[in-house]
Amino acid sequence: MKKALLSGFAALTLLGAAPAAMAEEEYLTSEEATEKYHKYPEHFSFPQSGIMGTFDRAQLQRGFQVYREVCSACHSLERVAFRTLTQIGYSEEEVKALAAEYEVQDGPDDDGEMYYRPAKPSDYIPSPYENEQQSRASNGGAYPPDLSLITKARPHGPDYVASLVGLGYTDEAPEDVQVSDGQYYNPYFHTVLLAMAQPLYEEQVEYADGTPATIEQMAQDVTTFLTWAAEPSMEARKRTGIGVMIFLAILIVVSYVSYKKVWEDVKK
Amino acid sequence: MAHNYQSKYQNPVINWIDTRLPIFWLVDTAVGAGHPTPKNLNYWWNFGSLAGLCLVIQLISGFVLAMHYTPHADMAFASVEHIMRDVNYGWRIRYIHANGASFFFVVVFIHIFRGLYYGSYKAPRELLWMLGVTILLLMMATAFMGYVLPWGQMSFWGATVITNLFSAVPFVGDSIVTLLWGGFSVDNPTLARFFSLHYLLPFVITGTVILHVWALNMPGSNNPSGIDVKGPQDTIPFHPYYTIKDVFGIAVFLAVFCAFVFFMPNALGHPDNYIPADPLATPSHIVPEWYFLPFYAILRAVPDKLLGVVAMFASIGVLFVLPWLDTSPVRSATFRPLYKKFFWIFIVVCFGLGWCGQADTDMPLIPFGEDEQAIAENIAARLPADSRAELLANVPGDLKVLETYATRAGMSEAAFERLVEKEKVTFDVLHLNRLLTAYYFFHFLVLIPLLGWFEKTRPLPESLSSPVLSPSAMPAE
Repeated sequence: MKKALLSGFAALTLLGAAPAAMAEEEYLTSEEATEKYHKYPEHFSFPQSGIMGTFDRAQLQRGFQVYREVCSACHSLERVAFRTLTQIGYSEEEVKALAAEYEVQDGPDDDGEMYYRPAKPSDYIPSPYENEQQSRASNGGAYPPDLSLITKARPHGPDYVASLVGLGYTDEAPEDVQVSDGQYYNPYFHTVLLAMAQPLYEEQVEYADGTPATIEQMAQDVTTFLTWAAEPSMEARKRTGIGVMIFLAILIVVSYVSYKKVWEDVKK
Repeated sequence: MAHNYQSKYQNPVINWIDTRLPIFWLVDTAVGAGHPTPKNLNYWWNFGSLAGLCLVIQLISGFVLAMHYTPHADMAFASVEHIMRDVNYGWRIRYIHANGASFFFVVVFIHIFRGLYYGSYKAPRELLWMLGVTILLLMMATAFMGYVLPWGQMSFWGATVITNLFSAVPFVGDSIVTLLWGGFSVDNPTLARFFSLHYLLPFVITGTVILHVWALNMPGSNNPSGIDVKGPQDTIPFHPYYTIKDVFGIAVFLAVFCAFVFFMPNALGHPDNYIPADPLATPSHIVPEWYFLPFYAILRAVPDKLLGVVAMFASIGVLFVLPWLDTSPVRSATFRPLYKKFFWIFIVVCFGLGWCGQADTDMPLIPFGEDEQAIAENIAARLPADSRAELLANVPGDLKVLETYATRAGMSEAAFERLVEKEKVTFDVLHLNRLLTAYYFFHFLVLIPLLGWFEKTRPLPESLSSPVLSPSAMPAE
C-alpha cells in the first residue's frame, strides 16, 4: 500500500530535517545524492524470466522459507492464502500443517467472543502487525510495504527486489551522504536512503536442500517467491500464450492463402 | 426503405423475415455482398474493422469483469486482485481488457492517420469523419474512467489531476469538479460514478459507431487514389473480398495483441497502479496512460491552466473543422507531394509530443553553457561593496575568473560547482514541448489551408480501373 512510498517519504522528511547550513557545505542534498549514487537494478536471469520461463519449485520453497524466517518479521503478504502454496510444490497435508503453525482471529463465537484458532489452508497468511499504526510504531514511523505485489509495483520489479536486498547493503554509505538515525544507505532505493536495515546476512537461514545460503542466493530465492506471489497465474499465462500463438500462426497462414485465392480473379 | 419492400432472398424463412424486418438486407448492404467497395484498398483500410473488433473485445471482456469487480474505494483494488487470483481465467480477462484499451487506441490512431493521409475527411465524407472524432472523444473519456477503476495510485492521482483541470472553467469550474467528484475530493462517490459511466459510455460509442458505418455507406469508402468510384468496373463486393482480407488482418492483429496479453501484460501499464490508492502519498511522477501523452503534453505546454485545457481540447476540436480547413481539392497524399512531406513531419511531431508527455519538463536536452550574469550576481551578494561593484560592472565570461571571485567571497569549490550547475542554460523538455505544440496547431491552422493554394498536385488517374499513369508522366508540372 502507501507503504513503500511513505517509507520513501519518511526518508525524505528525515533528511530534510537536518540542519540546513551543515547540509549545504558538507553533505549532498537528497536530490544530489540520488543523482550521484542511485543505481538502476542489475539484470538477473531468473528461471521464470522469458516467454518460456517457469518457476523452479525448489527455489520457490527456499524463497518462501526466507520470507517466513526473515521478511515476515515486518512485511505482510496479505493477498496470499495458504491454500495457494500447493502451487509452489507443497502437498495439501504439508499446507495444512504449515497453516496450523499460525494463529488467526476468528469469531464471534456463540457467546459473542472473538477467539484465536490455528489457521486453515483457506486463511490468508497473517500479517505481522494488527494495523498500519502499530506497524509504524514498531518501525520508527516507517511502514514496511505489503509484499504481495511488490515485484509488479516497482519498475523492473524482480531485478529491483533482488538488487535491493541482495546487493545494495554491501556498499558503505559515501562520505557526502548524510545518513540519519533509522536510515540506511542503499543505492538501489530511489532516494538511496531507506528505513529498512540490512535484512539478509550470510547463512541467515538453513536451507533443507543444502543450497549455500549466501546473501545473493537468498535474495534471488525470495525474489522468485515474491514474483510467484505477485502473479500466481504466470505459468498458466505463458503456457496458454504458446498455444494461442501457435493457433494464430496457423490462422494467419490459412487466412492469407484464402485471401489470395479469393482475390485471384480481381484485375488490378 | 420503401414500405412495400419485397425481399429477394431465395430461402423462404429468410425471405419472410427480411420482408417484414430487412435486417438481412441491412447487413448485406453494410458489410456484405451487396456493398460495392473500391477494389484498390490497401492494408491501411483494415484498421476500420479492427477498431470494430477492439470494441467488441472490450465490451465482452468488460461485462465479464463487471461481474467480479466491486466499485468501492475500500474494496476495488482487492476485487481486482481477486479477479487475478481467484476467478477462473480472471487474469486472462483482465489482461485482455487492460491491453485491449491500449490496442483500441493503437488501431484508432492508425485509422485516423490513414484518414489524414488519404484525405478521407473531405467532401462528401465530412460527417463520417466528425462522427469518428466523436468516437475518439468518447473513447478517451471511457478509457480515462476505466483506468480509475482498479483504484491504484495512478488511478487515484490521475483522476485527481484530470478532474482538477475542470476547475479552470470560469465561474462554474468548482461546481463541475464537485459534481465529478460527488464530494470535495476524489473518493468513493467518484469511483462509483466513474464505474457507472464506464459501463454507460461504451453503449454510446456503439451507437456512434453504427452512425459512423451508416455515414460510410452513403458515399462508400475512400480509396488510396482518393478519386471517386466511376462505375461497377471500379468496385468489388465487400463480401467475400474484404471480409477475407479483414480475417487475415484480424489474425495478424490478434497475434501482436496476444503477444502483449500473454507475454508482457504489464508493459503498457504503470507499476504504481499495483500500489493501492493512497490520498496521503503523491507518486513522485504522475503520468497518464500512453495514449493520452500527446494531449497531456499539449496541456503542459501552456503556462496558464485554463488556456492549457483549452489547447488540449482544441487539439482534438481542430479535427472537427479539418474538412473546412483543407482547401485542396485533391484527397490522396499520393498526388500531393508537399502535403505528403508535411504529413510525415506531423507524425514525427505527434510522437515527439507523446515523448514529451512522459518526460520531466525540466530535463535538459541541449546545453547552452551557463548564465554568467546570474552566477556573478550570486557571488557578488557575498562580496564586500567595492569588489561587488567591480564584479558586476564587468561580468567575466570565463568560469575560471568567476571562480577566483567565488574563492574571494569565501565559497567552497563544491558550493561554486553547485551554483554553476544551478545556472546552466539549456533547451529543456518544456521548450521542445512548446515548440511541438505550436507546430501541431500550425500544421492544421496554417499549413493545411495554405497548401491547398500553393501546392502543385500531380495529375490524377482517369479511374480506379486505369489508375497507373506511366511513371515518367508523373511529375507533370
